[in-house]
Amino acid sequence: MLTNTMATADTASTPLLPEPWHTHLQSALAPDESIEAWLTLDLDDTLRFSDSVLVLTGRQLIACATDGQIAAWPLDAAFELHAHDHAGVGSLTLQNETARQAIWRFTLTQNPAALRFCRRFDQILDALREGREAGPVPAVLCAQCHAPLPPDEDDCPACSGSIDQPPSTWTLFRLWRFAKPYKGQLLIGFLLTLAATGATLVPPYLTMPLMDNVLIPYQNGQQIDTSLVVLYLGGLLASAVVAWGLGWMRTYILALFSERIGADLRTTTYDHLLRQSLEYFGNKRTGDLMARISSETDRICVFLSLHALDFATDVLMIIMTAIILASINPWLALVTLVPLPFIAWLIHLVRDRLRTGFDKTGRVWGEITSVLADTIPGIRVVKAFAQEKRESERFREANRVNLEANDKLNRVWSVFSPTVALLTEVGLLVVWAFGIWQVANNDITVGVLTAFLAYIGRFYGRLDSMSRIVSVTQKAAAGAKRVFDILDHASSVPEPTNPIHLKGVKGQITLANVGFRYGNRAVLRDVDLVIQPGEMVGLVGHSGSGKSTLVNLMCRFYDVSEGAIRIDGVDVRSVPVGEYRKHIGLVLQEPFLFFGTIAENIAYGKPEATRDEIVAAARAAHAHEFILRLPQGYDSLVGERGQGLSGGERQRISIARALLIDPKILILDEATSSVDTETEKEIQKALDNLVRGRTTIAIAHRLSTLRKANRLVVMDRGRIVEEGDHDTLIERGGFYWRLYEAQQRQVEGEALTPSLTPSMPNAHTAGVDAEPTLK
Amino acid sequence: MTTQAMDFTLSRDAFGHLSLTDAAGERHDHVQVVRAFPIAAPDEGISLLSADGHELAWITHLDQTDPATRQLIDETLAARDFMPVLQRLKSVSSYATPSTWAVDTDRGPTRFVLRGEENIRRLPGEMLMIADEHGIQYLIKSLPALDAHSRKLLDRFL
Repeated sequence: MLTNTMATADTASTPLLPEPWHTHLQSALAPDESIEAWLTLDLDDTLRFSDSVLVLTGRQLIACATDGQIAAWPLDAAFELHAHDHAGVGSLTLQNETARQAIWRFTLTQNPAALRFCRRFDQILDALREGREAGPVPAVLCAQCHAPLPPDEDDCPACSGSIDQPPSTWTLFRLWRFAKPYKGQLLIGFLLTLAATGATLVPPYLTMPLMDNVLIPYQNGQQIDTSLVVLYLGGLLASAVVAWGLGWMRTYILALFSERIGADLRTTTYDHLLRQSLEYFGNKRTGDLMARISSETDRICVFLSLHALDFATDVLMIIMTAIILASINPWLALVTLVPLPFIAWLIHLVRDRLRTGFDKTGRVWGEITSVLADTIPGIRVVKAFAQEKRESERFREANRVNLEANDKLNRVWSVFSPTVALLTEVGLLVVWAFGIWQVANNDITVGVLTAFLAYIGRFYGRLDSMSRIVSVTQKAAAGAKRVFDILDHASSVPEPTNPIHLKGVKGQITLANVGFRYGNRAVLRDVDLVIQPGEMVGLVGHSGSGKSTLVNLMCRFYDVSEGAIRIDGVDVRSVPVGEYRKHIGLVLQEPFLFFGTIAENIAYGKPEATRDEIVAAARAAHAHEFILRLPQGYDSLVGERGQGLSGGERQRISIARALLIDPKILILDEATSSVDTETEKEIQKALDNLVRGRTTIAIAHRLSTLRKANRLVVMDRGRIVEEGDHDTLIERGGFYWRLYEAQQRQVEGEALTPSLTPSMPNAHTAGVDAEPTLK
Repeated sequence: MTTQAMDFTLSRDAFGHLSLTDAAGERHDHVQVVRAFPIAAPDEGISLLSADGHELAWITHLDQTDPATRQLIDETLAARDFMPVLQRLKSVSSYATPSTWAVDTDRGPTRFVLRGEENIRRLPGEMLMIADEHGIQYLIKSLPALDAHSRKLLDRFL
């Protein structure tokens, strides 16, 4: 019976069991018995980290512990294998109708494999019960996450590109990507730097003949040759003027260049940030993100325009000086360069400490801005609860940590510069001593020694400033790392590699086996739902039952963890994100109005809309009249959070916004929850216009809002528990009925004591931004 | 719901689930045991929840339960609580995230991937909570009590 399954097991669909499990298991397997599936378990019964393996053959389930100990359960038609997970631990339970037979545990790392294992177990048991052979593992499913693969793609849209590589430490060189478009300018800047540096090296060279041909002969009793003096002094002036002109041009060109790199970096980072999924924003602190994009990019820019430029000049100067010195007198040049390796060593020594220090101060700075970003928007709560002192304490604490980090850094830093200065002085001393000895031996003239001293005065001066580059480079590198952290973060809602373009969307939505987890919490499990074009589906359930998550998945704010969502039969992950969202209109519980006029806010999703279109949308949304009552009509400015407008008014503006883009699919996430019953009626009229002819998914806590729905889907704890229209569900007397009854009672209670509960009690929905965050 | 331990009885069925029989004699299957303050005060505030998430009983402190009940609760919690306490940081793959950490925990050695610095959370009392890419949470009970090597590595991420 098993010969056929063996053949399939030999194909690539079942990966070979790795060692040492393979050896351990040899004794437990019959010669013709093949492995159907296997799962690595990384926890033992007491939840300690320990590897073991669970193997499924056509006849038995075998658990093999680390030490090779084997326990086997011959397959029985009554067996069931259940997968559960809680707080990062998954468990597989093997049970029959009377009792639990065994339980195995693993971390969520193994969860996709465990689910796959379960499916295969079910397939084999189904076959066993029906007395037929289990077929091969269905190939259309992704091997990693069990999502069905799109028909003409090899890579699973859910899994591909999910492996991250840590960014390399040579982060600053990655800025080259942004410098590339300005190659020409960079080259001109470099040549100018070269020429300008060369020009500054002329004056010390001229001191040599000035000394040997003018001053020393005069001291020895000769007349001063005026023409020679004029020539040399003229040379000094000319080189200074040339150096000035070249330096000015160079600084200007390179500053322009670095500003442009900074601007490009900032916009690219922001663009990348906007493409991230909501999950990313949920996990990051706003203040930190803002600091990265604003101050870090600025720091990089300053580094490029000032410090990197200076450093390049210094390096050039040192190289050129070394060449000139060597050409005048190789021995003295050698002695002059002796302190250089010491200073290089010192720089190397301090670099690591400084880098970690600056990295840390950057993070601590993010902490400070985070406190601000936290408190300022929540200022009403702070004041209402009289917690100014506590918030001030929090800020003080963040500042203290900042001080501490900086103090530590400065301890290293403060020793560094004076040490470099000391080495410089010692170096000068060595040159003086060696030079005097050489002059005494008549190896060099006094002029040569003077020139050397003039050169190395600059030379060591540059070394000192070069050593400063260490700190700014580390600062910039730390900043660049934090910026590239954003740039390197692949969106968890990735753009498809082979996008499929939707032509004429009908609006059918299919959810197949959809599962979603938020951090280690499974929010949705095995959701299957088909919504026909033009149908209005109401999602009902307690708060936390997964309604909002389901809607967020349909909008592709997140991607499903398991299963697939299809629009007109196409997996949403294979449609470009922007194109897909164009077909979706979203009305949220808390409408967000941007700073701008009302007209701009209505036209947010379609900036090219004509005024007639805007007015028509506002009319249909029942917003036209109240807008006209405002002093500036459609040109009235609304603030950051739409201050000056009531909740109902803001909501109608957001309905108009959704109407204007004329989407095929409409999502109403508690669109009427935050307003009183009177306003709700107004909004309801607006919504009725909006819903017409579109596939609509509406979440509402107030069940009366869903009276127009063709179908109600009742959710509880991440699963669909009931489906049907209002009457059917009431008749069934199940979950929906209980929900409805409870609300009816509340409505009656409210009718009796209207002053106590001015609005309907809303179990708050976990909206987009109210999702629990994993921090 | 501030009932003391003794007006209900707990038992375990053949499937390994807890059942609770309350003072009125009603039996609830698939009872879940939950700590209200798993980090701050693990032994205080234990709640027994029904399968649909409603609270059946509240135990102010584990000490107040009789030995049999306490054992059942301990067993259930042992199989449910999973927050390895990080004792030593052996190595990190890079100081930039994502970074793979090799660590020793009270549940044995393991490795995990830290996605970003923001997944390290400071808790009151010098405690740290580190969430890996799969949402498994590792606890550092006292930052100053860690050995110097671990602290040095960790410091690069704080």
